[in-house]
Amino acid sequence: MMIIKILGTGCPNCLKFEANAKQAVKELGLKAVVAKETDLAKISAYGIMRTPGLVIDEKVVSYGRVLMVEDIKALLTKQAA
Amino acid sequence: MQIFSWLNDVFLKMNWLHDGTGFFVVDVLKLDPSNPFVASLHYFLYDTLKIFILLSTLIFTVSYIQSYFSPERTRKILGHYKGLGANTLGALLGTLTPFCSCSSIPLFIGFTSAGLPLGVTFSFLISSPLVDLASVILLASVFNWKIALAYVFVGLILAIFSGTVISKLHMEDQVESFVYRKSELPDMEEEQLTRRNRVDISILAVKDIIQKVWIYILVGVSIGALIHNVIPESLITALLGQDKWYSVPLATLVGIPMYADIFGTLPVAEALVSKGVGIGTALSFMMAVTALSLPSIILLKKVVKTKLLMVFVGIVTSGIMLIGLLFNAFGYLLF
Repeated sequence: MMIIKILGTGCPNCLKFEANAKQAVKELGLKAVVAKETDLAKISAYGIMRTPGLVIDEKVVSYGRVLMVEDIKALLTKQAA
Repeated sequence: MQIFSWLNDVFLKMNWLHDGTGFFVVDVLKLDPSNPFVASLHYFLYDTLKIFILLSTLIFTVSYIQSYFSPERTRKILGHYKGLGANTLGALLGTLTPFCSCSSIPLFIGFTSAGLPLGVTFSFLISSPLVDLASVILLASVFNWKIALAYVFVGLILAIFSGTVISKLHMEDQVESFVYRKSELPDMEEEQLTRRNRVDISILAVKDIIQKVWIYILVGVSIGALIHNVIPESLITALLGQDKWYSVPLATLVGIPMYADIFGTLPVAEALVSKGVGIGTALSFMMAVTALSLPSIILLKKVVKTKLLMVFVGIVTSGIMLIGLLFNAFGYLLF
């Protein structure tokens, strides 16, 4: 099962990102779990300097901006392949 | 020179908007312009529209430009420099690199764990919210270019100076240890942004910021309108008049805990100045609101220990007051 994490400290952008990610998973019908990581120490361990960030199965695939549902779907499909 | 002042009048002062809203209030709504509340209404409509138009265009343009300057690239560049040069570059890049204040902590961690000196990171962190392209242009619109440029200049000096002092104090032990844990940037190509990406980011930035600040703008313009037309000048000069020694410290201390966007404070600053408050006092207020705020200090507390935090707040506060006093003393040269 794919584990998707949204890295963010809780600002509205991160919430929007989480919603977009959940929508993308739903539209693709993927077996995946969408979680949010708000702990600073854990977020910084991923090495990103700008939130929000998107992590799929422990690999950082995007950071610094909120992605649209379509872009997230593209990344998820690429990862699933 | 002529064309410059024409551009200034059309795009920054928007005289046409002033006339248009005046027409609307007097000829369409048939209200009496000599009534101070009507004058306030005119001012409110003109200033609100002006700020929203400027805001949208500026944020879009600035975000587009800033999409070329990522913090990752900034970190790489800063790694090559040392000492005062590094602080200066840090302050300069701080103005160009975009970051929303929610990223300030990951950014701080990212810079520090990569080995950048604490002072350089602070120079960056101070200049970023303080001297920001969009607000500088707005300053030029509300006051004039000389003031806007002087503001940029002293803002950068403040950032560089504060960062240098923090470096000299060797307070590296005042940072939470998890920050120093070495971690590399994720193993992925720094996203190559297409032009479409940049446009999307810029549009998103406009929507995002308007959503965040519209209320501050409305409140700010309303207060400005009241100051212009309703609140008696004598009350204002009693509290904040140029000759009062406490005006700058008062303006600064009131501004520090406040969290408001700079776009909301500008109309208040402009109105105060027009009523005889010193330009330095107004700028101190604006700088205090932007550079320091309770939310950002609370966030910073998560990565920096109390002693360093107090040093940071202390230096920036003193710097702001000094700048305020300087502008009050020499500001007449800029008008």
